[in-house]
Amino acid sequence: MEKVLNWIDARFPLTASYKAHLSEYFAPKNFNFWYYFGSLALLVLVIQIVTGIFLTMHYKPDAGMAFASVEYIMRDVPFGWLMRYAHSTGASAFFIVVYLHMFRGLLYGSYRQPRELIWLFGVLIYLVLMGEAFMGYLLPWGQMSYWGAQVIINLFAAVPFIGEDLSTLIRGDFVVGDATLNRFFALHVIALPLVLLGLIAAHLVALHEVGSNNPDGVEIKKLKDPETHQPLDGIPFHPYYTVKDILGVVVFLIVFSAIMFFAPEMGGYFLEANNFIPADPFKTPEHIAPVWYFTPYYAILRAVPPMFGSQFPGVALMGVAVLIFFALPWLDRSPVKSIRYRGPKFKIALGLFVVAFVGLGILGILPSTPLYTLIAQILSVVYFAFFFLMPWYTKNDTTKPVPERVTSK
Amino acid sequence: MKSTCAQTMKKFLFLAFALPTAALASSAMHLDTAPINLNDQESLQRGAGVFVNYCLNCHSAGYMRYSRMTDIGLSEAQIKDNLLFATDKPGNLMTVAMRGKDAKEWFGAAPPDLSVITRSRGADWVYTYLRSFYRDDSRTTGWNNRVFDKVGMPHVLQELQGHLAPVYHAEQGEDGKTHQVLDHLQLVKPGKLTLAEYDALTADLVNYLAWVGEPAKGQRMTTGLLVVLFLSLFFVAAFYLKKEFWKDVH
Repeated sequence: MEKVLNWIDARFPLTASYKAHLSEYFAPKNFNFWYYFGSLALLVLVIQIVTGIFLTMHYKPDAGMAFASVEYIMRDVPFGWLMRYAHSTGASAFFIVVYLHMFRGLLYGSYRQPRELIWLFGVLIYLVLMGEAFMGYLLPWGQMSYWGAQVIINLFAAVPFIGEDLSTLIRGDFVVGDATLNRFFALHVIALPLVLLGLIAAHLVALHEVGSNNPDGVEIKKLKDPETHQPLDGIPFHPYYTVKDILGVVVFLIVFSAIMFFAPEMGGYFLEANNFIPADPFKTPEHIAPVWYFTPYYAILRAVPPMFGSQFPGVALMGVAVLIFFALPWLDRSPVKSIRYRGPKFKIALGLFVVAFVGLGILGILPSTPLYTLIAQILSVVYFAFFFLMPWYTKNDTTKPVPERVTSK
Repeated sequence: MKSTCAQTMKKFLFLAFALPTAALASSAMHLDTAPINLNDQESLQRGAGVFVNYCLNCHSAGYMRYSRMTDIGLSEAQIKDNLLFATDKPGNLMTVAMRGKDAKEWFGAAPPDLSVITRSRGADWVYTYLRSFYRDDSRTTGWNNRVFDKVGMPHVLQELQGHLAPVYHAEQGEDGKTHQVLDHLQLVKPGKLTLAEYDALTADLVNYLAWVGEPAKGQRMTTGLLVVLFLSLFFVAAFYLKKEFWKDVH
């Protein structure tokens, strides 16, 4: 066995990689609940890829056959229903896990120096994930697939000068049709997953280069054992965090299975009732709303009134709402990273941001009324204020002294 | 071409922004709760009979195979003898011979496929719909429906339910004028069944349609129980494994 290992190690850094990323990758020992979601995101990625491969074996990317092929998967393919529900539940689970993962970054300042690149790769992953989810949603070719895609692609038409050509380019036709379905299929099953895998690799390489942050925002590499040169507050990722993450995985899978097996439609939020009707280009559904994970941005879009006869301001603001996450490492001027040592101003700001994000998410699901639009406008202002005022309220905040070592709270 | 394209574009943009405002306006009618029980095989079998005899002439269930009805306790021979048209085989999909183009000419709209109708409309809607046809001489079919105003479908089950006629009451609208508002439906010509019997028959039919909507639902539930049970046991093992490893971390 050792001989085989030596043979491989002379040709490929197997043992060295195992040590660098698992058995001798030192992670802070004080990870809490919020630190499960990174590994869970990786788990959901695997679920999506595996179930996606099985779905691709039976799915037909053809406007005339797509809907029927999904029903074929649901009825005639052995355990096809399981693959389909795992994939549809996985899509929503991906966003739940990623949103919580990003929130952890906000809580403990994980985007701060020296982890800016990890954060940037992460935001890119989030963007690609949005594209992946949007394109995947067209594939069942139900009414919501069709009209949701129609509405979102038309947002691009609002871009001045190039808008109409841009939206035609995306669709491959003047309306959403077979050409759109085919290109979305190609992008969904191969192009974006490849990009996603590359970005995730970069995200992890960058993470393992600088080491993980922790709930105290203390750099554990500063204090090392003089003899072993290992961080005093670090423990090897394997076995400590592998066994801990297994626990997280099991709890996650229980929740995931409960939804997938007992309520795969999740009251219409994961699978919409209208999407059980085949796409009909001549019949617009009464209420078109995007899937829940896009609704905060959709609410921002609707909150902006058209200006100069153009919807572009709303579309642009929606874009800014997503892209602003890139700027976060440079907006935060606080001397401390973790919320544990930050002052009341940041805590209030973060609290308001959560209220705004969740509130906008709910409003984006509901049909808009004058009152709801007003609330959405207020929450949009709060959303952007969190970012744009950050340099000031983080700098002037009353922070607490950060300890030398991590605490075990 | 260019200008119509721009118009289409504008229309879609309008839809994107203005439509959600007008949403949810039309589904105000109270729906009766459909007494669904997917474990009641006899009800499902009765529903299958009603479906094949009354619905399957115009409506297909084109994603469903006849042979799947073995799941609700029918043998292949029973399916063949009682539920199949002469030329069909049990492995065939439940399609209809009527062409969509003809149907559109006859009814104004092609009858929708019923494979997943209860998943999109909901069982309660279908149950209420099937019991809400009433006489309306202004319609070419002579029928209208409380849940689906100006529906193109005639009351196919009229020989069973009989004829219902609308009873109106006067109501003062916001504009100060009095309007005739449909209050309830009244039996004016009895059918072969009593109204209670008819309710039971539609309940069976809707039960069957709900089953057709997702025939794997039973398997989904039982598999789910086993999976969650296994994961719960696994949780105990994972919990103590973590505890054991972490006891030396302080």
